[in-house]
Amino acid sequence: MKAGIVLFPGINRERDMVIALERAAGQPPRMVWHTETDLSGLDVLVLPGGFSYGDYLRCGAMAAQSPVMGAVREHAARGGYVLGVCNGFQILTEAGLLPGALLRNAGLRFISADCHLRVERADTAFTSHFQRGSVFRAPMAHGDGNYFADSETLDRLEGENLVAFRYVSPKGEVTPEANRNGSARSIAGVYSPNLRVLGLMPHPEDLVDPLMGGEDGRPLFTSLMAA
Amino acid sequence: MTRPVDAALAREFGLNAEEYAKVVEIMGRTPSLTELGVFSVMWSEHCSYKSSRVFLKQLPTRAPWVVHGPGENAGVVEIGHGLCAVFKMESHNHPSFIEPYQGAATGVGGIMRDVFTMGARPVANLNALRFGDPDHPVTKRVVDGVVRGIGGYGNCVGVPTVGGEVNFHPAYNGNPLVNAMTVGIAPADRIFLSAAAGPGNPVVYVGSKTGRDGIHGATMASAEFGKDAEEKRPTVQVGDPFTEKLLIEACLELMATDAIVAIQDMGAAGLTSSSVEMAGKGGVGIALDLDAVPQRETGMSAYEMMLSESQERMLMVLRPEREEAARAIFGKWGLDFAVIGRITDSGRIVVRHQGRVEADIPLAPLADQAPLYHRPTTELTKPAVLNAARVENRLGLARALEQLVGCPDLCARSWIWEQYDSTIGGQTVKRPGAADAAVVRIDGQQMALALTTDCTPRYCAADPEAGGRQAVAEAWRNLTAVGARPLAITDNLNFGNPEKPEVMGAFASAIRGMATACEALNFPVVSGNVSLYNETEGRAILPTPAIGGLGVIDDAGKAMGLALPPWLDLVLIGGTRGWLGQSLWLREIAGREDGAPPPVDLPAERAAGDFVRAQILAGAVRACHDVSDGGLLVAVAEMAMAGMTGARLSTGPRDIPGHAYWFGEDQGRYVLAVADGPAVLRAAEAAGVPAVRIGYSGGADLTLPDGGTISVASLRTAHERFFPAWMGS
Repeated sequence: MKAGIVLFPGINRERDMVIALERAAGQPPRMVWHTETDLSGLDVLVLPGGFSYGDYLRCGAMAAQSPVMGAVREHAARGGYVLGVCNGFQILTEAGLLPGALLRNAGLRFISADCHLRVERADTAFTSHFQRGSVFRAPMAHGDGNYFADSETLDRLEGENLVAFRYVSPKGEVTPEANRNGSARSIAGVYSPNLRVLGLMPHPEDLVDPLMGGEDGRPLFTSLMAA
Repeated sequence: MTRPVDAALAREFGLNAEEYAKVVEIMGRTPSLTELGVFSVMWSEHCSYKSSRVFLKQLPTRAPWVVHGPGENAGVVEIGHGLCAVFKMESHNHPSFIEPYQGAATGVGGIMRDVFTMGARPVANLNALRFGDPDHPVTKRVVDGVVRGIGGYGNCVGVPTVGGEVNFHPAYNGNPLVNAMTVGIAPADRIFLSAAAGPGNPVVYVGSKTGRDGIHGATMASAEFGKDAEEKRPTVQVGDPFTEKLLIEACLELMATDAIVAIQDMGAAGLTSSSVEMAGKGGVGIALDLDAVPQRETGMSAYEMMLSESQERMLMVLRPEREEAARAIFGKWGLDFAVIGRITDSGRIVVRHQGRVEADIPLAPLADQAPLYHRPTTELTKPAVLNAARVENRLGLARALEQLVGCPDLCARSWIWEQYDSTIGGQTVKRPGAADAAVVRIDGQQMALALTTDCTPRYCAADPEAGGRQAVAEAWRNLTAVGARPLAITDNLNFGNPEKPEVMGAFASAIRGMATACEALNFPVVSGNVSLYNETEGRAILPTPAIGGLGVIDDAGKAMGLALPPWLDLVLIGGTRGWLGQSLWLREIAGREDGAPPPVDLPAERAAGDFVRAQILAGAVRACHDVSDGGLLVAVAEMAMAGMTGARLSTGPRDIPGHAYWFGEDQGRYVLAVADGPAVLRAAEAAGVPAVRIGYSGGADLTLPDGGTISVASLRTAHERFFPAWMGS
């Protein structure tokens, strides 16, 4: 699997993503600048976290209009894999590649803390190295991670089994305390209907090394690189 | 402005009569408005250090690993593997009171520019914060704004905020302190300096456009506040972290080439200080054409452009043949790039605007004849040592501990940390609260940096010399406690009005104390910042010489945390007399703030620290925490709360009252959790370091020698209550 990391001005977690992908794949990803339009040869496109264009407009709204996003859409339409994390997830929702939107955190403050995520299905290209229902830790670091969609959309996501991860307690229970940003139905990540596009708010790429406190996030990248 | 330039106008610009007379003498005529503006900011306390320079010379600044000491944009030390650490701490106190969010945000932005200006990629931020009494009506608003500002800027730029400290005291009610520190990493052979060279070389402006914001910010930062502090809001700049991020990437990309002759950020006093300092340091001249300056507003005068403190701007001198390649890099990042002048051999700064020469000043006297004051000093009488046996102890250990760990100065800071991205970069080995110092691995290396900020202002107020010594020693101790080799410090000296002899006396004493400690611990000062006039309506802050310490640990995997694992021996390293003077126990439990602060015995400090570091690196230690605010029992409790593990503590020596033994703040001490207590005690004895087993870990409770017991869970509840309750979230 050949991965490319899509860079918009203001993206700042690309180095973390390079480390995670390189550890999983044994080869460095290609860096793709926001003005590029030829993404041939890439199997996975990763939109990392940050503050694209400062997020001075709605988070991700400016980046969603970039030239490269046309190529990202074509890649997704061809059935290519796309992973968006944090700002990357926000960009994917703004671009219409994933449903819903990310609102300000319920407490109206930035949250940088570990959260626990429950793997809602382990039969996708992103989660095959996890156990279904297992819980893993991941740092979150965002001010706008409060997942929102209308109730029909949420019902459809649940009905079609497109919820990827939920914020849960360390024991795997859905509780209000575990859902610190106030996301609808504790949703931390969602899939596209073909399960090829995944967006999530927390940062599994920052927990892939025992030195940094654990390798909880590693299976996501090894799954994807082995897909 | 049509007012004539005269002594009265000069006074409004912050220059006194003698200083203005000196300006007229240097110029040989009445200066123009722009010239007066240039002199007034260059000779402000903030830019000229006119009150502090004579004392700063006492600080040791050399060691074999120091590459650049004070005088550059930031200090540079070699850390091995062909790399250098570049770091500095700087205050943004005055703006943070007037407009907390932007004041703190631009403080973070400014200090990051000082570091990447030298060619280093910023890898960590820390903040030393002092706020007023939590019950004072403005404190909550200031804390909220400062924390949001630091987070808003640092998170967006993408540099992890990994550590710092927070104190509360009524002395900061009108003058909170925001001291921001940035650490960067650069290849040792690619450090960039500010001295301009090469007459004819282009002077290039990059970054944001210039607006009317922050005009005379340096002057504002060089005066006391009166009741009109609110009216000074227009002198506070507004930060744009997105542009800063682009500027970092563009500058580092350009720095990988050989295009740059010299580079300097536009910080305090903006275009004035950057152009004057670059040309002055290089012994050349500079000619600026302000018509070429990218401007955000129309109709700006030369005076306004020279004095603007618009953020996220840099000035560079380039090799002429690299100009187009450099322009392309900044174009790629969407940043302004304008040639606004040339280096000359005139030894003068000449500023042209709309066909007129607005300023023409000889550079040498502007620097050499800057005011230098030997201000009168009065040193305080040292307070008497408090006899611990005479202090009434009305609470048992458990009750006192519960109260102490919940007080604003000792309670959990997670409410603050959780608003700062501490993991970005994927290199944070020890996050805030996990260890005595933050530990950040260096990308692609096994080694890591250890970072801390320290100062105990109540000690400095009681005895500035002892306090200065303690601040340096505590930084050294915190780095040691994670297993790192302390290398150097940056200092941020926050004091009141230097024209008051008692303030200047405290300043002189604190420097003396710091110098002694730096010398004894081989821990030189490589960069720093002085912030004076921290007074509102005549009331000064506590003397606050904040120390930012940097150390290196060769194997990041050996970095030691403070979380207590169960079933280990607890060993106290260092001697204990039961020193209650100026302790938090005395203030919080006995309601007194008196006595002499605990002295630091520097040879003992060094011996204890070297022993602890060796034990950590030898693998004998499972957790380590230095004993500081709150004393021994608070140190053990902090370890217990971090590890969610209890401990059973033995009775202390008979000749020290229990409350003094457990809550005294004797210096130079560490608590170690070790598997083999007797072996560590034997090794300590062989090293001549005092050591005693104080108990063992395990269970869910802290069992205390006076028969009291408290569960770790309830301690944690008390510890975590303050901030969320106070801030209402």
